[in-house]
Amino acid sequence: MKFVSKIFAIAGVVIKELYRRKDFYVLFVLTAVITIAAGMVHFFDDPKIVNYLKAICVLLISISALIIAIVMAARQLPAERESRTIFPLLAKPVTRAQVILGKFFGCWLASGIALLFFYFFFAVVIGTHEQSWPVLNYLQSFWLQWVLLGVVTAMVLLGSVVFSAPSSNVTICFIVIVGILLLGQHLNTVALHHSEPLRSVIYTIYFLIPHLEWFDVRDRLTYNWPLALWMDCLLATLYAAAYAGLFLLLTWLGFRRKSL
Amino acid sequence: MKTRLKASPCWILILLLAVCFTLATALQLRVAKRNNPGQSNNVFKLFMGEGRRLFAHEFYVMADVYFHSGYYPSIFDKQESQSDVLGAVRGESDDDEDTTNVDFFGAPKDWIDAFGWKFRLDQHTHLSSGDQREILPWLQLAADMDPQMVQTYTVAAFWLRTSLHNPKEAEAFLREGLRNNPDNCEILFELGRLYNEDYHDANRARNVWVAALRYWRAQSDDAKKSVENKRLYDAMLVNLAYLEENAGNWPQAIEYFEMAKQVSPDPDAIQKRIDEARQKLAEQPPASNAPAAHY
Repeated sequence: MKFVSKIFAIAGVVIKELYRRKDFYVLFVLTAVITIAAGMVHFFDDPKIVNYLKAICVLLISISALIIAIVMAARQLPAERESRTIFPLLAKPVTRAQVILGKFFGCWLASGIALLFFYFFFAVVIGTHEQSWPVLNYLQSFWLQWVLLGVVTAMVLLGSVVFSAPSSNVTICFIVIVGILLLGQHLNTVALHHSEPLRSVIYTIYFLIPHLEWFDVRDRLTYNWPLALWMDCLLATLYAAAYAGLFLLLTWLGFRRKSL
Repeated sequence: MKTRLKASPCWILILLLAVCFTLATALQLRVAKRNNPGQSNNVFKLFMGEGRRLFAHEFYVMADVYFHSGYYPSIFDKQESQSDVLGAVRGESDDDEDTTNVDFFGAPKDWIDAFGWKFRLDQHTHLSSGDQREILPWLQLAADMDPQMVQTYTVAAFWLRTSLHNPKEAEAFLREGLRNNPDNCEILFELGRLYNEDYHDANRARNVWVAALRYWRAQSDDAKKSVENKRLYDAMLVNLAYLEENAGNWPQAIEYFEMAKQVSPDPDAIQKRIDEARQKLAEQPPASNAPAAHY
């Protein structure tokens, strides 16, 4: 029980960082301003046209949530090292594994809180335009996107023990994550168009990477698709948990050997 | 004793604003006169220049993506020969199974692919019952980006008048297209369809189609040879022929059918219509066989 309470004590500090820093406020205001401005445009005098607004808003939410998760996770360990607060932290009866887990849960919960605000805003804007409130669809989309942010957070934490500077970590992780989201599902098709040994290399990458595109739920909300099966959501969550666990294990191994 | 006038900064500001407003209204007229009437000026042109045309096609494709509710091939998948939003405009039935039976993606290649499909739409559907309105913002944006992209006007107008029953907005958009593309026969043809099918104004439809025919004939020989242009020519002639048939102008209808037969993909069907029209003409008393007055 003490093990868990220490993790959540560290996580609590990380969550406080969310409302102390300006990142969330700036991104939220930017999303709100762009969405409201787009919502004020009328096409062909038809007030029922709303899907374009959903697409814009949910895209902004996805980008903002990714930025918040990546930037927040990337600065956790380097900031502790730079400000030398890592020494008093580890001088307490806290293991390096607890630090890693505390940082992970803190970042994940903080990005979840931010995502919740974004989804609330989305639901209010679309609900007032469309006069419909598909709460379960929003809940499922929120969950899948939050699970995605969990994998992203773990991946960025791993990056923070591999790369020397947070800026390079943010840039590389952002490129890798966006690359997976855009191309991940097509790598198998691309592999078929190449001869050996490139085909096997691409296939290996395809089977190794976490398929984050499963959790990219923008189209579900934009085009009013029916709910995905909850059992599939559960399986996808287990898949994401496995990858997040793997990344955290590698982070711990890297952090354990790292001289502070 | 001299009185010194002291102007407050507030009054100076109001005076300057008044001067600015007066100059703006005066200059606007001169600028508008100088501009080419065929060129559209909008915020995208101001910020992006000619580069905005690069995005027009992307927005047009977005309209097709919305028409499929997101079930759409990527550059890695099997592509459509033509966009379905345009197919319906060209008379291909939207309920036609050929258009919705196309499977862009094929069978899942592995378990990752198969599981990924559980979170995506796996059916080729088209928007229906008024939901086609969702494609309109993208067509409007495409037209703003590239005012010379003619199909954005014809496609948007088609869905506005047929599915959303809003011929007024359709006409306004087509007229905007005509302002940006003066004498374009494709837009004129669609405008004629609007007058004929929605306003039931045969005279205006005839005038617009005849004008479209004139502009089509004024094109270069190379332009006339393209499949798209031949299809348009055929459609204009057949529509004019039907119009004349309905008006009882049989000689004129036969003349249009004869011209359409030369470019039609189905000349036998046209020949059948010609035979029927000739029969009707023969049944009519001689006095009513006078040529149509609109020429």
